[in-house]
Amino acid sequence: MSLLELEDLRVSYPGRGFRARHVEVLHGVSLDVDHGETVGLVGESGSGKTTIGRAVLGLVRPSGGSIRFASQEISGLHGRARRGLASHIQVVFQDPYTSLNPSMTIGDILAEPLVVHGATSRDARSRVRSLLDQVGLPNDAIDRLPREFSGGQRQRVAIARALAPGPQLIVCDEPVSALDLSTQARVLDLFVDIQRETGVSYLFVSHDLGVVRHISHRVAVLYRGDLVETGDAATVTSTPEHPYTQRLLLAAPVADPARQREKREERKRLLAAHA
Amino acid sequence: MSTSDDPTTQTVRTHSTEHVITAGADASQRTPTWKKVIRDPQAAITIGLLAAIFLIGALTPLIAPHGPNDADLSMVNAPVGTSGYLLGGDESGRDIFSRLLHSINTAAISALIGTTVALIVGVTGGLVGGYFNRATQSITEWTFALLMTLPGVLLLIILMPVTGGDYRATMFVFGFLLAPGIYRIVRNLVLGVKNELYVDAARVSGLGNVRILGRHVLSIVRGPIIIAAAFMAGSAIAVQSGLAFLGVGSTEIPSFGAMISSGFRNLYVAPAQFLWPSLLLGVITASLVLLGNALRDTLEGSKPKAKKVGAGQRVVADVERDGPTDPDALLVIRDLGIAYPGVDGAPNEVVRGVNLSLAPGDVLGLVGESGSGKTQTAFSTLGVLPSEAVITGGSIRFDGRELLGLDDTSMAALRGSAIAYIPQEPMSNLDPSFRVGSQLVEGLRAATSMPRKDAKARVIALLDRCGIVDPQRTFDAYPHEISGGMAQRVLIAGAVASRPKLLIADEPTTALDVTVQAEILDLLRDLQHELGMAVLLVTHNFGVVADICDRIAVMKEGEIVENGAAEEIFGAPRHEYTRMLLGSILDEDAVRTDPPAAVKGVAS
Repeated sequence: MSLLELEDLRVSYPGRGFRARHVEVLHGVSLDVDHGETVGLVGESGSGKTTIGRAVLGLVRPSGGSIRFASQEISGLHGRARRGLASHIQVVFQDPYTSLNPSMTIGDILAEPLVVHGATSRDARSRVRSLLDQVGLPNDAIDRLPREFSGGQRQRVAIARALAPGPQLIVCDEPVSALDLSTQARVLDLFVDIQRETGVSYLFVSHDLGVVRHISHRVAVLYRGDLVETGDAATVTSTPEHPYTQRLLLAAPVADPARQREKREERKRLLAAHA
Repeated sequence: MSTSDDPTTQTVRTHSTEHVITAGADASQRTPTWKKVIRDPQAAITIGLLAAIFLIGALTPLIAPHGPNDADLSMVNAPVGTSGYLLGGDESGRDIFSRLLHSINTAAISALIGTTVALIVGVTGGLVGGYFNRATQSITEWTFALLMTLPGVLLLIILMPVTGGDYRATMFVFGFLLAPGIYRIVRNLVLGVKNELYVDAARVSGLGNVRILGRHVLSIVRGPIIIAAAFMAGSAIAVQSGLAFLGVGSTEIPSFGAMISSGFRNLYVAPAQFLWPSLLLGVITASLVLLGNALRDTLEGSKPKAKKVGAGQRVVADVERDGPTDPDALLVIRDLGIAYPGVDGAPNEVVRGVNLSLAPGDVLGLVGESGSGKTQTAFSTLGVLPSEAVITGGSIRFDGRELLGLDDTSMAALRGSAIAYIPQEPMSNLDPSFRVGSQLVEGLRAATSMPRKDAKARVIALLDRCGIVDPQRTFDAYPHEISGGMAQRVLIAGAVASRPKLLIADEPTTALDVTVQAEILDLLRDLQHELGMAVLLVTHNFGVVADICDRIAVMKEGEIVENGAAEEIFGAPRHEYTRMLLGSILDEDAVRTDPPAAVKGVAS
């Protein structure tokens, strides 16, 4: 039994204007995430990859299909029942600059979800210390404000917040795309380490095949609201079957002038063949 | 996100500059808000005045020599300085000084009741109306719109039989009339804040709506509320006095309005009676308004700074105009230094001793991480550094001509004709209220003084050249009607319209999808060959550099650490930093191989 199962998930947003038609952004996506597994969700802007994550988090209401977490249907849950899932499903967002409340200290940000779920403030405090330790931040970070930290450090805070209630699944929405290259690699390594330690599952949303390849066991490729290809990471990211995935793979430039020249020619051949 | 109104940065958004500046500004932001407020002289003086006045008001029962309505017929219109009647007596023989003191309390209570009611109603309405779903929003919107349509003062007068002439009841009603103003402020702020990611994160953390509103939303919107409260207090006092002046409500209550009215009737007999209450009322309301302004300036930091327009970039070093020129190079940057004022006013150098040279037709990649100064270097060549930046030394020579020290007019003549620019975010560089075509025609005509008809034909030909399928349709479209990739093509068309010798591209593909990025890079490569222009490409992406650049300069913390041919640097990087950066690239062969982690201690 998988931890998270999406079946024929559909999401539509209301159109603009009075009685406008709804715009469907996900046209029936089926996907599952196993215990301790990372599933990478790749797609370009507008493909609906972020919407899948938000639907799992309960921030977007699906218009059809089902979302099951640990065999329980969660797509229709509201209020208290939904809030109860908070300790099982967590999130790390893309932008570390807007995902932390600028007026709260790191300690308060991390303790808040713990206190809400009934921890005493002393327990929360000691848990916060061990969390900071786990994500490689100094202990004195506890009394400082988010703006005193760099992007990579803030993302570590966001990861610590997600880990705080000991979740089984973390939805990672482009968590490294706002970071510098060297920081990106370190934060990805942190994600992998944490997974090995805690056995948490990741639904890892990204537009960057390189990032997804680095962290995922399985990869799903999304194109305009449809899942076009799913499979294990090595296959999908090196010998994809679907033409869109091939195009995506060939479009990502490699940091080697000679190989990039070959790749470019290959991409042009592919485009010419499909034209 | 703060948007800069700086005229020099309107077309060129300085994303990475923010990073450079805020890195050093942490200490000043840590000053507690109240301290910042107290340090502002306008706030300090008005707070002092108001505190003194209302303190005296509070002490009235102890210091007032007479009751507010104690009349002594022998003191009717007594002159100033009469014993026991410091400011004289009014038309009924009451002590003006005592009445003034009692009026302060009336004013204070009016302000308190009016503002409190307005805050409670307005803030609650704004939080609820801004945060919850559309139906709730519509209901609150209608309710407050209805409140707004009520004619304020007239309604208060009509309601006199209901309020029984008690000014406190009147102020209670007036609070509701003030509430829509607060509601509007709070609702708009909440609409902005509620989509912030940290509010989503709080929701995912399992926080209830009330807690999210109180803790995450209210803490962000409280600044503007405090400011508005100061203005509302002033307005409550003014309205209460106005009503009293008209003689509406109980005549027993001492108030500035009633006193002014009485002084007004006695204007020819004892002109001074009119003066005292007017003066005190004026001081109180003016202080509240000035305090509101001072709070806005300190809390929101909106004090506009005077700027020199058209002076060009600030250069503090002596620029050597007749230095050696390299006839083969198109752009030579020598020993360039750029600084920003730090927290303590001391300059903080973000670019130090940068040397670059670019031959005609060369494509140079300027690579570095955020805050490395790569964008600053590019902007100084364009002459669009923000006004607080100072060039501390060096030289930028373009086509044999020194660019440093040129005023804005001379730089503007170069920009768009000989030096062109492509930004990172295509959308924010197109004006949403004009059609795409007219913006391009305007730019082209500014650079070449071509007739409008020819310019239009040329723009359409360029759009076609830049791979836009239906150029006429894009020409007539508004920016919001085209996609990001299309917008970047439009901007590239605009940039190459005047056949520039140098194209400066600042992360031109970072905001685009990878498939679109490949197309844009193809387009740039073709145009570069076709026009033989030199390209200075600022980027953090080594893949992009490998795709298009002949040469690379690697920047770290404001200095160039390595500079050379692309093949050499990718093949055998010399500097440790370059090796570290190249090593951080998640290359194609690195696939995750370890199996899914075993679940520990989690029963499911």
